[in-house]
Amino acid sequence: MFNPKIVAFCCEQSGVPASEMRLGEVADLDLKSVPNLPNLEIRPVPCAGRIETVHLLTALEQGADGVLVFACHEENCQYRRGNIRAKSRLLYAGTMLERIGMEKARLEICNLATNDGVKFSKVLTEKVEQLRKLGPNKFSKISSEVGKE
Amino acid sequence: MKAGSNLEKVLSAGHFALTSELGPPKGNDISVIQKKVDFLRGNVDAVNVTDNQTAIVRMSSIAACSFVIQMGMEPVMQMVCRDRNRIAMQSDIFGATALGIRNIVCLTGDHNMFGNQVNAKNVHDLDSVQLIDMVRNMRDNHTLLGGEDKIEGDINMFIGGAANPFADPFEFRALRAAKKAAAGMDFIQTQCIYDMDRFREWMKMMRDLGVHEKVHILAGITPMKSAGMARYMAKNVSGIIIPEALIDRMAKAPKGPDEGIKICVEQIQELREIEGVHGIHLMAIEWEHMVGRIAEDAGLLPRPQVA
Amino acid sequence: MIKAEQKPVEEIISYLEPYNKILLSGCGACVTVCHSGGEKEVALLASCLKMARNNGGKNLEIIEMTPARQCEPEFALELAEIIAGVDAVLSLSCGVGVQTLARNFKSAVIIPGVNTVFMGETTAHGIWEERCQACGNCILEKTGGVCPIARCAKQLLNGPCGGSSQGICEIKRDTDCAWQLIYDRLKSLGQLTKLSEMIPAKNWGTESRDKGPRKIVREDLTI
Repeated sequence: MFNPKIVAFCCEQSGVPASEMRLGEVADLDLKSVPNLPNLEIRPVPCAGRIETVHLLTALEQGADGVLVFACHEENCQYRRGNIRAKSRLLYAGTMLERIGMEKARLEICNLATNDGVKFSKVLTEKVEQLRKLGPNKFSKISSEVGKE
Repeated sequence: MKAGSNLEKVLSAGHFALTSELGPPKGNDISVIQKKVDFLRGNVDAVNVTDNQTAIVRMSSIAACSFVIQMGMEPVMQMVCRDRNRIAMQSDIFGATALGIRNIVCLTGDHNMFGNQVNAKNVHDLDSVQLIDMVRNMRDNHTLLGGEDKIEGDINMFIGGAANPFADPFEFRALRAAKKAAAGMDFIQTQCIYDMDRFREWMKMMRDLGVHEKVHILAGITPMKSAGMARYMAKNVSGIIIPEALIDRMAKAPKGPDEGIKICVEQIQELREIEGVHGIHLMAIEWEHMVGRIAEDAGLLPRPQVA
Repeated sequence: MIKAEQKPVEEIISYLEPYNKILLSGCGACVTVCHSGGEKEVALLASCLKMARNNGGKNLEIIEMTPARQCEPEFALELAEIIAGVDAVLSLSCGVGVQTLARNFKSAVIIPGVNTVFMGETTAHGIWEERCQACGNCILEKTGGVCPIARCAKQLLNGPCGGSSQGICEIKRDTDCAWQLIYDRLKSLGQLTKLSEMIPAKNWGTESRDKGPRKIVREDLTI
């Protein structure tokens, strides 16, 4: 089964703690699989605003099938507007990627709070499903080398 | 007499002048001009022929003016700065005067953007003030712009310009008209008037500057056909102010066009009373057949015959 | 400074089709300031172009460089070795930089990656507006520091026209009427009398762009 590679930029004020929550037994969600997702790479950042637009692209270029940004809720950024900056950089990157034909679902931002472990897991689970349907990222350099063989 | 045109004679003799406007065909169908001239002949002292108005390509003003003369009316050639440089303008003025055209209105011109050739290069070699100055120079000093080259023949033009009391900055509008007067403008045709108060204020500024004594001011009027037209103009056309009361009146009237004509006639009568207003410029665009009726109802017929 | 905007990426991709190894050269001056061709923009565009090429199953090798300026031979020539080793150069500098490279590297393909748009001011972070058109004879003393040639849609020297309403130009509702700005400024400086003198017709031919490409020579510097 195709396990999409996901790079998740996580803000240390929200995304990181949410990702580390032990969720115990909550019905409906196959939560055990989430922290143990084989291809999940978490990249912590002090604030989502630290992410440069180019980081989003190079993650995809270097093999991610999908990139997620987990940032604080819009009114709650500890650095005032870092998460708003992240959002507009994401939009800019998204427009560039759309123009070269990349599927929109491969780049997404999600706002959550420090204790939003459930949301974190849900979003990832859904993203895995979405990316399974889209298939591997044909724009990354790894797949092009595979193609050459 | 500067040019001896009918319009000039009527104004110089102290009569209340009446001019109108016609748009040339969007092609070379002269019957369009003939039809409009037939409606206007005898009802006005002269008719403005527009120059690619709103930047929509039409037969050139100079060509259309020439046909107007052949059809028995006196034209006022409009010339905009948008499409021609000083070489072309002076050249056209040579041609125009040779064809018997003796009135010119010097305008900036509506921007390309409004028309049907939006990618054309804007010329604007001169602006309207500089154009007035240039024509005056051609007439009074017999030289081209620059003063070096002598013109063969006489360039006798009665020079007009536009003024918009409804544009901003309001305090500067009369000063700008004064600037045009100093540059050689003989008469003004204003943008169409609906807001009488503002027009009166502007006329007062003009009188304070003494411009009304140097220049004949013709007040612009456009009859409204419907409340819809009034609202459209108020919202979309820059430099036109229409008081709510007038729009209301149009909306409540049983027959829009009739009310519009009534309002128009009332406006003419009101404007006649204002000191410094020497005539009316009636812009009944695509409604030329109403000009005769409006002139009649306003008591402006028959037009004076001045030798 | 000069302001430019990146060309649509589809257009750039179409220009690069025949090439497999390119130098993507930014510029540390004007295009950095307007965020269209500086170091960051070079990195971003490089990643995007490589991904687009990968999607077609092929590779595009990109060397990324951002010299201090591309419009002077001194800086341009520093790229000589790299240029010798690539198929083409995609330059994000303004039109001047592209032409400087083309003139100095006669057998190199130099492709523009931005559209040079105007000379302007940064009015806010991320917003740039046209201010100067290099008309050759600056009249800002007469117009209170606001240029009608760059900022009036009709380049009037004795404006405003009848389309100025509430300080806004009738052609673009988000644009100030330059002549309203001139009027306001002269009024606040107590210099409104400057507006009563007609500014005569401009010498487009002898002063300005209409005399063909212009040149400045400082003989004291050319020794």
